[in-house]
Amino acid sequence: MKAQKSQQFAAFILFFLLTFSLASGTVFADDKANDHQNTVPTEKTFDPGEFVMHHVSDAFEWHIATFGETHVSIPLPIILHSENSGWHCFWSSKFHHGESTYKNFRIAHHGENAGKIEEVNEQGEVIGLPIDLSITKAVAGAMFSVVLLLWIFLSVAKRSQQNPDQAPRGIQNLVEPIILFIRDEVAKPAIGEHKYEKFMPFLLTLFFFILINNFMGLIPIFPFGANVTGNIAVTMVLALFTFSVTNLKANKHYWKEIYNPDVPWWLKFPIPLMPIVELSGVITKPFVLMVRLFANMMAGHMIVTVFISLIFIFAQLMGPVAGFAISPVSMAFSVFILLLDILVSFIQAYVFTLLSALYFGMANSEHH
Amino acid sequence: MGFVTPDYGTLFWMVIVFGIVLVILKKFAWKPILKALKDRENSIANALSSADKARQEVKGLKADHERIIAEARREKEDMLKEANAIKEKLLIEAKGRAEVEGQKIIESARQQIETEKKAAIAEMKKQVAELSVLVAEKVIQKELKDKNAQETMVEDLLKDIKLK
Repeated sequence: MKAQKSQQFAAFILFFLLTFSLASGTVFADDKANDHQNTVPTEKTFDPGEFVMHHVSDAFEWHIATFGETHVSIPLPIILHSENSGWHCFWSSKFHHGESTYKNFRIAHHGENAGKIEEVNEQGEVIGLPIDLSITKAVAGAMFSVVLLLWIFLSVAKRSQQNPDQAPRGIQNLVEPIILFIRDEVAKPAIGEHKYEKFMPFLLTLFFFILINNFMGLIPIFPFGANVTGNIAVTMVLALFTFSVTNLKANKHYWKEIYNPDVPWWLKFPIPLMPIVELSGVITKPFVLMVRLFANMMAGHMIVTVFISLIFIFAQLMGPVAGFAISPVSMAFSVFILLLDILVSFIQAYVFTLLSALYFGMANSEHH
Repeated sequence: MGFVTPDYGTLFWMVIVFGIVLVILKKFAWKPILKALKDRENSIANALSSADKARQEVKGLKADHERIIAEARREKEDMLKEANAIKEKLLIEAKGRAEVEGQKIIESARQQIETEKKAAIAEMKKQVAELSVLVAEKVIQKELKDKNAQETMVEDLLKDIKLK
């Protein structure tokens, strides 16, 4: 039974990898033939800023490793809509790691559009930015986490439906205490005994989505390692969901407290000072959620890569021996930060969920 | 990609991805899991309360048992006490009766002895009288022949007479 399950899982991962590799035709795209534009400098200098940003930023392909001048990466779908030529959909391997132009599109490396896909004409002049709906590394990483999430929780749900009165087993044992924790320590105290139930599905999805993506970001090998929760667009979506749920499920009391709070009349008339403050609170609450999660996860990833790049900085400044000598220190620091990040992953998932629950509770309270 | 400006493509996809996962998990995972958890909690609470009730019942039964045993013991003691009292009474009664009876028997024996004694004395008196008469007869017969012989004979006769 267990062996069968793990076999299924292995098959599933293989399937996931194959859909990417077979559809694109090239998993390993070598670059040696494509250095017609950029002449490779004779001695590359190590730029720690670029190194760190490359590792924490989103990308159009899923970079795995570089051997010399050969980049190994998983291509991801590029979906573009151009005013001139309509819809385009192709694999990011066509860009040859951002070095070549395909169908008049290229990845800008400099200027105000750096990192974005721009449209060029035959002469190589920029003629505009297409609407870019590409599946980037963060989106692909989130999709992979979501598949994992669905697999875990649907199997738990199936088991708990099959044996409702039996003691939990296996992965059910792992997630049930967390579900109970969210229910009894987060939702019930924050929202209240009578209203918490309608928010439970959202809070649980939020918590486990953040947690699993935080963890996946810490594992450095494909299909993990995408900095999903350290991407501000992702945290923005999560915060927007919290914002929507808060305001859509809010009661009359909540709106009354915003537009006509219990304050002296001169704070509301003629200048509606308190309503403005309250309304800005409605926006700042999810904004703070967005920034907190993003900054925490981004900082964790950055510090780990900074400690790794210390090796190369020392090697460049004082020779390879110094780089080799500093490596145990920087590895020790990286491991320490990584362990700290495991803690931070839990804390941030918990904090995001707890604050969302508190906002729901505030929007549904009857008394001030 | 500037990493602090949200990318709208990522926003677009994340809304779809998170929305889908929310809907699927809500319908197929959270509802059954939360329901199962609640059911299990209820069944555990029920089991605990019924166990408690059973314990209370057992405690009640035990108290009943003890009460019954104590009652039985008390009854037994009462019965023993009563039996003892009856025995004592019977013994005393029997003793009293026996004494009276004995007294009576002794009394009647004494009376009988008295009667017998009186009869014996009367008989003896009668015999003495007869013997006296006989002796007197013989004396009277001998007196007529010899005075000496008379005296000897009286003496012999007197020697022979023994008060019986």
